Amino acid sequence: MSPTNPMNRRKDRIDDLAATSGGTATLVREAGTVDEKPGVSLIASAWKRLRRNPVFLIGAGITLLFVVLALVSRVIAPHDPAVGYLIDQVRPQSNPVPGPQPGFPLGADDAGRDLLSRLIVGSQQTLIVGVFATLFGLAGGMVLGILAGAFGGWVDALVMRIVDVLLSIPSLLLAFSIAALAARPSQLTVIIAVAAVQVPIFARLLRGSMLAQRHSDHVLAARALGVTERAVVFRHMLPNALGPVIVQSTLVLATSIIDAAALSFLGLGNPNDRQPEWGQMLGKAQTYIYDYPHLAVYPALCIIVVALGFTLMGESLREALDPKSRR
Amino acid sequence: MTRKRTAPLVLLTAAALSMTACAQSERDSDGGTGASGATNVKDTFTFGAAGAPDVFDPLYATDGETFRITRQIHSGLLGIKPGTADIQPELAESWTPSEDGLSWTFKLRQGVKFSDGEPFNGQAVCDNMQRMFEQKGAGQTAAEYWGYFFGSFSDDPSGSLYKSCEAPDENTAVIDVTRTTSSFPTILSLDSFSMQSPKALKDGDANNVQAQGEGFTYPAYSKAPVGIGPYKLSKYDEANKTVTLVANENYYGEQPKTKTLVFKIIPDESTRRQELQAGSIDGYDLPNPVDWKGLEDAGNKVEVRPAFNILYLGLNPERNPKLKDLKVRQAIAYALNRDQMVKTQLPEGAKVASQFMPDTVSGYNTQLQPYAYDPEKAKSLLAEAGAEGLTLKFAFPTEVSRPYMPDPQKIHAAFTKDLEAVGIKVEQVSKPWNGGYLDDVSANGAYDMWLLGWTGDYNAADNFLGTFFSNLKSNDFHTSVMPWGKTLSEDLKKADAIVDEGERDAAYQDINKRIAEEYLPGIPVSHSPPALVTSDKVQGLVASPLTAETFDTVTVGK
Amino acid sequence: MARFIIRRLLQMVGVVFVLSLLLFFWLRSLPGGTVSAILGERATPETRAALTKALGLDEPIWVQYWKFLTRALRGEFGVSTGVLPGTDAMTIFLDRLPATIELSFLALLIAVVLAIPLGYVSARRANSPLDSGLVVVSLVGVAVPVFFLAFLLKYQLSVEHNWFPVSGRQDNIGCTRVTNFFVLDGLLTREFDCSASALKHLVLPSVALATIPFAVIYRITRASVLDVLGEDYVRTAESKGLNARVIRGRHVLRNALLPVVTTIGLQTGGLLAGAVLTEQVFNFGGIGNALAVAFQRRDYPVLEVLILAAAAIYVIINLLVDIAYAVIDPRVRTR
Repeated sequence: MSPTNPMNRRKDRIDDLAATSGGTATLVREAGTVDEKPGVSLIASAWKRLRRNPVFLIGAGITLLFVVLALVSRVIAPHDPAVGYLIDQVRPQSNPVPGPQPGFPLGADDAGRDLLSRLIVGSQQTLIVGVFATLFGLAGGMVLGILAGAFGGWVDALVMRIVDVLLSIPSLLLAFSIAALAARPSQLTVIIAVAAVQVPIFARLLRGSMLAQRHSDHVLAARALGVTERAVVFRHMLPNALGPVIVQSTLVLATSIIDAAALSFLGLGNPNDRQPEWGQMLGKAQTYIYDYPHLAVYPALCIIVVALGFTLMGESLREALDPKSRR
Repeated sequence: MTRKRTAPLVLLTAAALSMTACAQSERDSDGGTGASGATNVKDTFTFGAAGAPDVFDPLYATDGETFRITRQIHSGLLGIKPGTADIQPELAESWTPSEDGLSWTFKLRQGVKFSDGEPFNGQAVCDNMQRMFEQKGAGQTAAEYWGYFFGSFSDDPSGSLYKSCEAPDENTAVIDVTRTTSSFPTILSLDSFSMQSPKALKDGDANNVQAQGEGFTYPAYSKAPVGIGPYKLSKYDEANKTVTLVANENYYGEQPKTKTLVFKIIPDESTRRQELQAGSIDGYDLPNPVDWKGLEDAGNKVEVRPAFNILYLGLNPERNPKLKDLKVRQAIAYALNRDQMVKTQLPEGAKVASQFMPDTVSGYNTQLQPYAYDPEKAKSLLAEAGAEGLTLKFAFPTEVSRPYMPDPQKIHAAFTKDLEAVGIKVEQVSKPWNGGYLDDVSANGAYDMWLLGWTGDYNAADNFLGTFFSNLKSNDFHTSVMPWGKTLSEDLKKADAIVDEGERDAAYQDINKRIAEEYLPGIPVSHSPPALVTSDKVQGLVASPLTAETFDTVTVGK
Repeated sequence: MARFIIRRLLQMVGVVFVLSLLLFFWLRSLPGGTVSAILGERATPETRAALTKALGLDEPIWVQYWKFLTRALRGEFGVSTGVLPGTDAMTIFLDRLPATIELSFLALLIAVVLAIPLGYVSARRANSPLDSGLVVVSLVGVAVPVFFLAFLLKYQLSVEHNWFPVSGRQDNIGCTRVTNFFVLDGLLTREFDCSASALKHLVLPSVALATIPFAVIYRITRASVLDVLGEDYVRTAESKGLNARVIRGRHVLRNALLPVVTTIGLQTGGLLAGAVLTEQVFNFGGIGNALAVAFQRRDYPVLEVLILAAAAIYVIINLLVDIAYAVIDPRVRTR
């Protein structure tokens, strides 16, 4: 959650090679010298340790299961999640939420739609929200971060002030405002709102690692050899700066899903619930959380498990890619 | 640096935490705020309010949460009979119109004092009427209800219903109006037009409403109101979001059964319910229908009020000319399974609507039946009109729940399904209630079809039908593009001006019939009864269809 | 150092100014707004026009911004139209701020007091069952949506067991207000039951709010201590046979605290955001709660002031963190 800090520290260390121990320098040297196949040894060694790491395996397992579920959900869902099969059983006072019955193992929601099918198909939209929010955030952050990190100077100053402005609004508030800015709230506005929060974080992260690269030996060497500025940025600096970004992306997938749920909770989610999404299901279950808590608990559990999966994976990746822990 | 500063705070926190135990035990032995004479009832009634009051001067108030509080500390010339929507004498004991219906003489109750001890008399009535009429500048905008019901202010008297007021003696006030209408004097029962102490109004510079930036600043008076009511304002604790009222010892009527009335502001509905379960509030308004059973099972009392509202589907024939065809509009009415929607989404006691007003309003036409659910007929009507493949931009509001529509999205989803079943394509649109929905419906005319409703202010057909269709130039239904739009508007105005009640009701019944059968400017959907919930210890609360309860009759058992 | 601080403060003014510009135009480009929030279903074209005019919303947006700016420089930040009509937005901010500070402070206190020792112990006993258990708890802590956790806490402890109040900041027991820090006020006025009541109301919201900072601070502490434990100077110190307490205090903790301080600083800013949700769930009358109401009722002056002031606070906190950083780590000072 504190992207600036490890980066700054790394930067300090790289600036000051003599003072620090070998670990970080190795990263730079290794990654720098194998330009044709960047970071192979790093990735290979990381993978070697990841394969034996139970935390990673659990995280990756959950993630894989989730992605597969999302892909095949339409096929395996017993019913159409948008059709209110049991609507005629719904009575706001005596029976607002039809209970489990043959064919509907978890019962229905307040519009008579099969809860199990909605949970299964909900994985799809949830994955879409998570992935796209992360991608949009990454793309925005990359543009700003590369600009700042690659050129430094006044470009850096300007971009970082923009990033400061974005960062100076508490994250959820930013998402809140953007979701509200949309004239017509929809899944897309939720995605954009959640992504916007990530833009400055990715930007700072990338800038930090790009700056660290700027002053590293292999970049200096490339410059001295007369490699063009563009090639230096895209071939020498960027690939080496991406490690922490990949880790951050995995973690952001988790927060995106949770933030989207928070927006739904505040009434700013996607108002159209034909396509179920877990955060939206959780947000809408507020009304029933007292008498029919299962409506909230199922999607909440799904979110928690998936977020946990992404987090476990991200954390173990972070650990594996950290050269210091390779000893 | 930070550590130095935090150290004392940590200590304070720890100290206070250790005090929790002993302080708590003290309070327990005390058993409440002060002792009252009766032993088996509490001296405080705590009500969970959904929002904070805006002001305490009802003239400038516009929302239900504010009126709920001002109602306890103010009264008008006319009152509402508890449990009904009908008027009854309050500060005026009787009222009689002149022959032409333009001059009304009010005989006032004697020996009434404002809560500051000032006498209430004919002059006070006229001072109040003139004060409201003579609002200037920002005050005119802030006094929204006066503008809405009386038309205009003293600087533009041509549009005003109010003409003048005279006080021939202590106990009489004569109010002249510019035209006859069924609304007068009924509107004097509205909370906005309550009587307030002329002296306090003057001392508190009550009319000094100023526009500053994008808001209004209110004078000192609006925080220290002086009226005639069973209670008076004791304290508005903004930091802790509570309003405390205490009994008004100068009240002419019976002293309130419970001396202290506390409004705890709790915007979130499920939190209100939990507070009630935990016993920290004694009641709250508008519980969600899905909670009614759970609340009752937990031993609470859910008071269901008669429905005094209407939910309708508005249609805009100007935006979508296909809607000009009566057959298309009727097809939509036949296509909607309103019965299912009412049964599956609205509380028990909700009814499918046959006309644009509830049956408690005089002028309701009992002969009318709602359009039945008949998708086949809808399809054939659409075919007859040559409107197969009709596409409708159908909107619903988000971020809102109204007594007449607990969950707009669900209602919209149900109707969308029905419309698609008869081959109408639906373009689903939503906007936040305060974020453009209302603008789009009434100012921009941006939708073909939309969900909206109305809760009556008082028992008059004009308050429903007039609101919807009287203003030909600009109404949400765009009736001006329809051949009958002008007739409807004129007939409504004529009916409103009829002095004889029987004749007036007949006129409205006829209009209701024509609206349902010949015009169908929109589809009336349902009337939904709003409820009020209290703990089982609360006695004596009389629920009002206008959601206008006074709490002076309430007792709370221990 | 002084120049650094002045430069940062100037930057802050710039950031707040740009933000005010963005916010102003942004909010006013939203559909709907104050007028429809005030008028509701009763709006007619006439009343709508009258109110728009009275509020000055019919003027060109540049003119509106200029007026806003000149007023703001005079210290008038605009009058609330929805949260507390007629009250200056800055007054609302200042009145509500103590609640959020109380809540955030207690949450941060809980998080720090638990996270740093646990993180340290975890690192010293890396890969022990205790360590693994704590790591799992911290990971789950981040994965649970705050509002869901808050609801569970409230449901179990307040509604089912009545151990804690359901919502609000204090029972209505006629407390005197001095600073609007309810706990402090009770102590100042010797109304100790008021302090006690306020504290009881604070427990659940601050525990809910503390989960994410706890998880994050715990993990950073653990990682950082692990980092430092592997450093050469610690190993050197150990091989020199230095007293274990000296190593722990002078070498390990001091160096490991650097990233922890930064994280705490960043989390403090994040608390503001978490407070929006927590205050909503517990109806706790702070900034977050006011924000939600301001948003619902489209109270733009209050929204502007709350967001700008929150941003300023956030920037100040970051500045403080940087200063603290410089104090702990001499290498930073040279920048």
